[in-house]
Amino acid sequence: MSYFVDEKGYFGKFGGAYIPEMLHANVEELRNNYLKIMDSEQFRNDYQYLMKHYVGRPSPLYPALRLSELYKTRIFLKREDLNHTGSHKINNTIGQILIAKALGKNRIIAETGAGQHGVATATVCALMNLKCIVYMGETDVERQYPNVMRMKMLGAEVVPVKSGNKTLKDATNEAIRDWINNPLDTHYIIGSVVGPHPYPDMVSKFQSIISEEIKWQLKEHTGRELPDYAIACVGGGSNAIGTFYHFLDHPEVKLVAVEAAGMGVETHETAATIARGKLGIIHGSKTLLMQSPDGQITEPYSISAGLDYPGIGPVHAHLHDTGRAMILNATDEEALDAAFELTQIEGIIPALESSHALAALKKLKFGKDEVVVVTISGRGDKDMDTYIRRMEGS
Amino acid sequence: MNRINQLFANNSKNILSIYFTAGHPELNTTVELIQTLEKSGVQMIEIGMPFSDPLADGPVIQQSAQKALANGMNLKELFQQLKDIRKTVQIPLLLMGYLNPVMFYGMENFCRDCQQAGIDGVILPDLPMEEFEAEYKTMFEKYDMKFIFLISPQTSDERLRKIDNLSNGFIYMVSSSATTGAKGSITTTQTDYFKRVNALNLKNPLVVGFGISNKETFNEVCKYANGAIIGSAFVRMLDAAKDWRKETEEFVRGIIGK
Repeated sequence: MSYFVDEKGYFGKFGGAYIPEMLHANVEELRNNYLKIMDSEQFRNDYQYLMKHYVGRPSPLYPALRLSELYKTRIFLKREDLNHTGSHKINNTIGQILIAKALGKNRIIAETGAGQHGVATATVCALMNLKCIVYMGETDVERQYPNVMRMKMLGAEVVPVKSGNKTLKDATNEAIRDWINNPLDTHYIIGSVVGPHPYPDMVSKFQSIISEEIKWQLKEHTGRELPDYAIACVGGGSNAIGTFYHFLDHPEVKLVAVEAAGMGVETHETAATIARGKLGIIHGSKTLLMQSPDGQITEPYSISAGLDYPGIGPVHAHLHDTGRAMILNATDEEALDAAFELTQIEGIIPALESSHALAALKKLKFGKDEVVVVTISGRGDKDMDTYIRRMEGS
Repeated sequence: MNRINQLFANNSKNILSIYFTAGHPELNTTVELIQTLEKSGVQMIEIGMPFSDPLADGPVIQQSAQKALANGMNLKELFQQLKDIRKTVQIPLLLMGYLNPVMFYGMENFCRDCQQAGIDGVILPDLPMEEFEAEYKTMFEKYDMKFIFLISPQTSDERLRKIDNLSNGFIYMVSSSATTGAKGSITTTQTDYFKRVNALNLKNPLVVGFGISNKETFNEVCKYANGAIIGSAFVRMLDAAKDWRKETEEFVRGIIGK
């Protein structure tokens, strides 16, 4: 059983490149070149240099002693929240901006929901002196004002998207339309392991640095490279595949992906795509997605703006389909509880997305000598409004 | 013989094809709009199947799809509306839309229901050539349903030949690197691309679409193709029309009238 992409761009029966002919040449150019570029000495040197000196990698693997005591096991936190710009998103945007430069592109487009990927893209565009246009649903522009201002300060143009429901899915549509209209000079930096092949594979490879580091860091801490559990939240699924990547072929490592259940996985207000979605096509990829009985894509809901994507990366659909990954979900309430728990016993304020991964600790039974790695994908600064409302009891 | 093949059998020129979104302007205008278009002199019609996320469409067609969905249009309803269409309409009819709702309906169910309604061809821009060939080609042949491929200025000659080989109806020549919608006049970059495609002497007729909005652009692109498709400009007219039946006739006369 392979958990990696095949030569046609599929993970099992999921993936592919379901794109209009107008995008074929763009995607083909990327497909023909991404592995070659990533393999070049120049790319590897530049990527490693920036990861170390600009992003601040390796990110710590922190032995969370008090959390371990509470759950009577050995818990390690992979601290992606400590990266430059505050989340794992920068691992991907650094990689893709180097690809864009190698392909001679001078105009960068991106979609963003909560703004984390938009900020990470605007950041690398400032660094590389490339024009940056970020598509963001009009509703999100209003909800995520500080991130909009960060992007603008970084020199990006933020385009409010008025089509559809005016959120992440529509921002992604608009970015794809931009790419159709600007096929020659533009590179589209997708923020997750979604979209047409080769994006899911390419973004997985950039995020795989997370599990690459976990292996040697865990060896330093415990004398062994492999944890018993690797746990991450999943929206599109980029921090999750980064956390799983180097453990995929080690069946003894239990992989746990935690979806956002919103108000509950049985309600309409949910973003638990694997639990509730059906096979279809979204943004160029064949995967599971939330849709109406007529095959119209529906709007998901989660308290966390980074997890409310109606699709799921095709690799995760495959990991679910093959039983390789265990798919759990956490409600808004469970995630909020987990955020406050971590903050109060370890002094780390996690992002709401990452709090869903932490909420899984209550749902699993661990042995006291088992080793559990949880990825903290981002920091909670951006979610302070939500946390403040919780503290004020409203 | 399939009506599309019949239409192009004599190397016909200046074929006017019109696109509209089913269920727009109103849920039940679909059949009467088709009849009005045929009476006005339109020779082929693309009936849009509305989708929540139309990636290749500009704002005008996006909004028509949203309205159609809000009006309650879906595939089941559309086939219900079209069940007697062949009692009154002779020209080729195609369904155009996106893959997801069709997949959800089931491709074989879809092809069968198309055949029963008397649909002649299908355009699904996000179903790529490779996937069509591997998964669905035999099914389309079984129901005598023409699958129409799009080509764009970025499509290589080699790929054009492959598409030509797989096609048996016409080739939909997207006029520029763009989503649907009016762009003004036709540029030399566009005519150079039309000439490049013409020079390949493909076996299938060519029909130009995207960015064709009036008599002038229609006549210009017809120099390099067998016909052209007008979508957004027509849908925009429907949006603003006080009496869409009368204004549809006027619109068509404005394109092909003497």
